[in-house]
Amino acid sequence: MSETATARLEPFESPLTPESWGKLGMWIFLVGDAMTFGTLLAAYGAVRFASADWPHPADVLGINMTAFMTFLLICSSVTMVKGLSAARHDDLAGFRRFIGLTILGGAIFLGLQAYEWTHLIHSGLTLSGNPWGASLFGTTFFIITGFHGMHVLGGVGYLLCILALGWNGKFNGHNYHPVEIAGLYWHFVDLVWIMVFTFVYLL
Amino acid sequence: MSEAGAAVHAEHEREGFVRHYIFSKDHKMIGRQFLFAGLVMLIVGGLLAMMIRWQLGWPETPLPITGLFSEEFWDGDSWLAQTLPYGTITSEFYNALFSMHATIMIFFVVVPIMVGAFGNFLVPIMIGARDMAFPTLNMLSFWTAVPAYILILLSFFVPGGAAAAGWTSYSPLAAVPDYLGVAGPWGVNLWCISLIILGFSSLMGSINYITTIVNMRAPGMTWFRLPLIVWAIFIVSILLLLAFPVLTAALGMLLFDRLFGTHFFLPEGGGDPLLWQHLFWFFGHPEVYILVLPAMGVTSEILPVFARKPIFGYRAMVYSMIAIAFLSWIVWGHHMFQSGMDPALGTAFTLTTMIIAVPSAIKTFNWLGTLWGGSIRFPTPMLFALGFVFLFTIGGLSGIFMASTPVDIFIHDTYYIVAHIHYVVAGIIFGIFAAIYYWFPKMFGRMLNETLGKIHFFLTFVFFNLTFFPMHFLGVGGHMRRIYNPLHYEFLEPLQGINVFISVMALCLGASQLFFLANFLWSLFFGRRASENPWQANTLEWTAPSPPPHGNFLTAPVVYRGPYEYSSPEVAEDWLPQTRRVEVASAGGHG
Ligand code: HEM
Ligand SMILES: [Cu+2]
Repeated sequence: MSETATARLEPFESPLTPESWGKLGMWIFLVGDAMTFGTLLAAYGAVRFASADWPHPADVLGINMTAFMTFLLICSSVTMVKGLSAARHDDLAGFRRFIGLTILGGAIFLGLQAYEWTHLIHSGLTLSGNPWGASLFGTTFFIITGFHGMHVLGGVGYLLCILALGWNGKFNGHNYHPVEIAGLYWHFVDLVWIMVFTFVYLL
Repeated sequence: MSEAGAAVHAEHEREGFVRHYIFSKDHKMIGRQFLFAGLVMLIVGGLLAMMIRWQLGWPETPLPITGLFSEEFWDGDSWLAQTLPYGTITSEFYNALFSMHATIMIFFVVVPIMVGAFGNFLVPIMIGARDMAFPTLNMLSFWTAVPAYILILLSFFVPGGAAAAGWTSYSPLAAVPDYLGVAGPWGVNLWCISLIILGFSSLMGSINYITTIVNMRAPGMTWFRLPLIVWAIFIVSILLLLAFPVLTAALGMLLFDRLFGTHFFLPEGGGDPLLWQHLFWFFGHPEVYILVLPAMGVTSEILPVFARKPIFGYRAMVYSMIAIAFLSWIVWGHHMFQSGMDPALGTAFTLTTMIIAVPSAIKTFNWLGTLWGGSIRFPTPMLFALGFVFLFTIGGLSGIFMASTPVDIFIHDTYYIVAHIHYVVAGIIFGIFAAIYYWFPKMFGRMLNETLGKIHFFLTFVFFNLTFFPMHFLGVGGHMRRIYNPLHYEFLEPLQGINVFISVMALCLGASQLFFLANFLWSLFFGRRASENPWQANTLEWTAPSPPPHGNFLTAPVVYRGPYEYSSPEVAEDWLPQTRRVEVASAGGHG
C-alpha cells in the first residue's frame, strides 16, 4: 500500500504534466504583460478624456494602412496555428512553411510600422509634440505602438529561434510544447494589437 | 527504492565553486543569496535611518564623524566632503535620506528577504518538491535583481545625489528634474531604472512560484494541506504579478517625462499629476499586503509549533488571505483623501478600507485562538512571532483611525502616518527575524545562539516601541512628516523633547541589532550543529537533512495529513509529521 504510494512521484492533484509547465509559465508571464499594456491604455484613456484638444485619430493616422496591418497580424496568427498543427502531425515541410509565413507576417508588420512612424514624424508628430493639438497624443501614440512593436520584434526573434530549432524535425507529435508556447505569445501580441488598434486608431 | 538512490546520487553531484555559490540554480542557494543581499541592504537602510534621526533630534549638528577627518579633507571636494559638509546633513541630503531609506526597506529588504529568500528556500521543500519548476529562470531572477541593487546604491554617488522625491515620487516634483533643486537629474532617473529592473526580477519569481505550487506538490499535498506560509507566498506571487507591472509602466512614463520632455504627469502639457498618484497607489496598496502576508504566514507557522497546538481556523486563515488579496485592489484611494477627491468617492474608500481590516482582524484572533490553552514555549523565533502579532495589532488599529476621512484630514502627512507605517512595515522585520531564527538551522545546518537571540529580542522590542509609539503623539501634535528641521517651525519647538527622546531610542534600537549581527555571523561558522528537526515541527522541510542536499529529500515524501497536527491523540509524541502514516485499527483510516 505505502509501497505503491511512494512509487507515484508525479504531482498529486495537478492535471498538468511537466511538459506543460512551460505553458503555465507563459500564461503567467502574459498576465503580467497584459497588466503593463492595461496600465498604458488606462493612462491613455485618462489623459485623453481630460484633454480638450485631442485630435480625432482618423484625421491624423492612416487608418487604411493600419487596418491592413491588423489583417496581416490576424493572418499570422492563423499561420501560427497551422504551423503548430503541422508540427503535431509530424509534417516538417508544413511546419517550416507556416512558421516561416508567421515570421514574414510579423516582419512586414514591423516594416509598415516603421514606414508609418517615419511618415508621422516627417509631418511633425513627435514624442513630445503634436501640430494637431494635445502633445500627449503624440506621446501616447509612440509609446503604446512602440511598446507593442517591441513585442512583435521580440516575437519575430522568438519564432526564428523556434524555426531554427525545429528545422530538422525536432518538433513532432510527442514534442510540440515549445511551439505551442511560442504560439501563445504570438496570439497575445496579436490580441493586444487589436486593442491598440481599437483605442488608439479607431475610437 | 530507486528514487532514494537517485536523490542520494544527486547529493553527490559535484559542482564547481562558481556553479554552486554564484550561478547556482538550486532554490536553496538562491534563497541564501537573496537573504544575504537583503540583510546587507537592511544594514544600509538602517544606517540611513540613524542619520535621519540624528538630524531630527539634533538638527544641523555635525555627525560624530567630523573629527575623524582633517580640516583639509572637509575643505576638499571628495564625495563625502561635498555630501556632508563638515559632517552636517544638508537639506538636499536629508531628502535623499528619507526617500532612499523607505525605498531600500520596502523594495530591497522586505520583499527580497520574504519572497526572494524564504519563498525560494521554503516553497519547494515545504511542498515536497526537489526544486523550482524553472531553476534557470530562478537563477536569472536573482541575477536580474543584482543590477537593480547596484544601481540604487550607485545613485548616492551621482551628481545631485540619490532620489529625493520621497519613496512615492509624487509628481510634478519628481517629473521635472529641476524642481528638486539638486545638481543633477540622475538620482530619480536611476531610482526609476532600478525599480523597473527589479520588476523583471519579480515577474520571473512570480512565474516560478505559481507554477511550482500549482504543479509540483508531493503526492497527498492537497491545497488544504499546504502550510500557510506557502499559501501566503502563492497569493503574494499573484499580487506581485498583477501589481508590479502597473508600477513598471508608471515608472516608464515618469522616466519619459524626465528624459524626453513628455507630459504624462505635468499639467502644463495637458497631463495629470493625480494620474501618478492613482497608478502608484493602485500598485502601492497591494504592495503593502505583499509585504505583510509572508510575515503573517511565518507567524502562522511558528505559533502552532511553539504552542504545541493546531493552528486555530486553518481555512479561515486561507480565506482571509484570499479576501485581503481581492480587497487590496479597491482601497488605494485612502492614500489620496487629501489630494482632492470627490467626498462620495472618499466615503467609498473609507468603507472598503474598514472592510479590509476585518480579514486582518480574523487572522489576529486566530493567532490568539492558537495560543489559547497551548503549552507555550518561548524560544527566540516564538518571541519574534509574538512581537509581530503585537505590533501588527497596533499598526492595524492606527490604520482604522486614518481610514476615516475626517480624522485623516488632520493627521495626514504627519508623524502619525510614520508611526503607522513603522508598526506595520517595520513590524514585518520582526516577522523576518522570527523566520531567520526559526529556519536558520535548516538553511545553514547550525543553531543560532538562544541567549544572544533573547537579548536581541528584548532590546529590539523595547526600543522599537519607545522609538515609534511616541511618533503618534508627534503626529497628533501636528509634526509634519518629511521635514528637514523641526526647529524651523515655532509651533513644533515644544515637541522637540520628544524628538530627542525618539532619536536616542532609535540609536539604541540600531545598536541592539549588533547582537543579531554577531549571533548570525558567529553561528554561521561555529554554531551548534542542528539536528534534522530541532523544533519538533510537522512540515516537510523538517524531514530533510539540515541543510538539505541537492534535490532536498533522501526519499520522495508522501503526505498524509495537514501541517499543524500538534498534540494529536493519535500518537504518543506531541507532534505528527505530515509524512507520517498512522495505522488506525478502525475502518476508514483516511488521514
Ligand atoms: C488594518 C489595515 C490597515 C488600514 C485600515 C490602513 C490604513 C491606512 C491609511 C488610511 C493610510 C493613509 C494615511 C495617509 O497617508 O493619510 C495608510 C498609510 C500607509 N499604510 Fe496602512 N493600513 C492598514 C494596514 C497596513 C499594512 C498591513 C501595511 C504594510 C505592511 C501598511 C502600510 C502603510 C504605509 C507604508 C503607509 C504610508 C504610505 C505613505 O504615504 O508613504 N498599512 N494606511
Ligand atoms: Cu493603503
